[in-house]
Amino acid sequence: MSANYATIESVTLKFGEKVVLQNCTLEIKERAITCLIGLSGAGKSTILRLLNGLRTPDAGRVSVGGRDLRGMSARDLVALRQKIGFAFQFAALFDSLTIGENVAMPLREHSKMTRKEIDAIVLHTLDSVGLANARDRMPAELSGGMLKRAGFARAVVTNPECVLYDEPTTGLDPIITHVLTDTIKALRKKLDSTAVVVSHDLESIYAMADYVAMLFEGAIIAYGTVDELKRSPNPIVQQFLQGSEVGPIPL
Amino acid sequence: MRMLDDVGRGTLGLLQYAGGVASLSAEAGSFVGRLRIRVGETFAQAYFLGVQSTAIVLLTSLFTGMVISLESANQAKSYGVSSLVGGAVAYVSSRELGPMLTAVVVAGRAGAAIAAEIGSMVVTEQIEALEALGLSPVQMLVVPRLLALVIMLPLLTIFADIIAILGGMYLAHNTAQISYSEFIESAREYSAFGDYVKGMLKAVVFGGLIAVICSYQGFGVRGGAAGVGKATTGAVVTSIILIFMTNFLLSLVFYGTSGTR
Repeated sequence: MSANYATIESVTLKFGEKVVLQNCTLEIKERAITCLIGLSGAGKSTILRLLNGLRTPDAGRVSVGGRDLRGMSARDLVALRQKIGFAFQFAALFDSLTIGENVAMPLREHSKMTRKEIDAIVLHTLDSVGLANARDRMPAELSGGMLKRAGFARAVVTNPECVLYDEPTTGLDPIITHVLTDTIKALRKKLDSTAVVVSHDLESIYAMADYVAMLFEGAIIAYGTVDELKRSPNPIVQQFLQGSEVGPIPL
Repeated sequence: MRMLDDVGRGTLGLLQYAGGVASLSAEAGSFVGRLRIRVGETFAQAYFLGVQSTAIVLLTSLFTGMVISLESANQAKSYGVSSLVGGAVAYVSSRELGPMLTAVVVAGRAGAAIAAEIGSMVVTEQIEALEALGLSPVQMLVVPRLLALVIMLPLLTIFADIIAILGGMYLAHNTAQISYSEFIESAREYSAFGDYVKGMLKAVVFGGLIAVICSYQGFGVRGGAAGVGKATTGAVVTSIILIFMTNFLLSLVFYGTSGTR
């Protein structure tokens, strides 16, 4: 059993009146791919944002790499975020910069490397996601799948110890979904890093997940390997995995 | 009871808005104070927000100077005080209309662009992406725009003053046959150098105000494209109202209640 990279303990988080997470507890295993599943609006993306300090819980504790995020100084938070890559749902590339400039940004801002060194790393990183020839193109010129891969490249260019993927395959065709799933697995192996993936795509999850956690009504209701989850006696988990309209999940 | 509820809610909203703007100003000011400035981006914004606003500022000022002259030149001549026309145009332009109209025009053009750009970045998660990369959106986006407007608005105001006076002079000459030399002499006599300096100081304040208000509105965008439109409109309307209010207060401070300080 590997050690935990991050833990979320009894976290409650509200947006206004709406309770998003309620006494939620989750362990993220080190050097493994943990997938978060659940209904839309269940709070999966919020968990990703808790892990890199973009959201602060109203109650409970989040610790990453053995460090409690509560009361962490702004400087330490910046240092933490440099160790955690974040691939956004819609890539969130800066549309005034080329793909190469987008990927280079974390290095330009946080390292003292020369332009030549940065260019070499950017090219290598883009090559690892199959976008070596897209370096000088603008985000608006790329397809959805290419944008996601460019987002992956920006997230991993600093060799982070953890990468957070927010719905990496949503809205893409099966072939690109397959390519992205393989890319996530390959990047995790290459970086020897931890990955947390929020997804609705069960085929993709079955193909890449070491662990799966299911979120329902603000709390984790099931956690384990893919096989353990498939065998879960919880009717909510079974209804979700089967995509059935009939069951305890209110429509 | 419901009215009290609405008043309370409105007051809280106003205080929250004021607090948010003050907090954003303080954070941007802290980056400027520590010289954490992105020089290249500041020049780029000065070009986009300032230089590219020159044409509309000059056009607005030209017609403003001309209309002041149009309204006053013939009247003044019929009363035998044509020597006051140049002074009137220069006095009004340097003290009030130059800085204020320049700020209003820039708020409409550049302020809307700031709110829309930042708002679109919020909607497309680019602001969160900056934070996730360990970068400050205030340092990256607000500070360059703030400095650009604080530098460019006074420069635009100088051009606006000059073009308003030239427009007024041209019209006074052609409609009331007031000579150029008489107009210039009058302008020099009735407007002091200090008036132009105070006008530029007003422009500095207006520049800061437009940058902070419009950035704040942009950061507050919720709900996609409709939210961006709403924030952009709100940014321009709020900026213009605050420009008028601040102009009044600054005039009171600079010139006192007699208007001659």
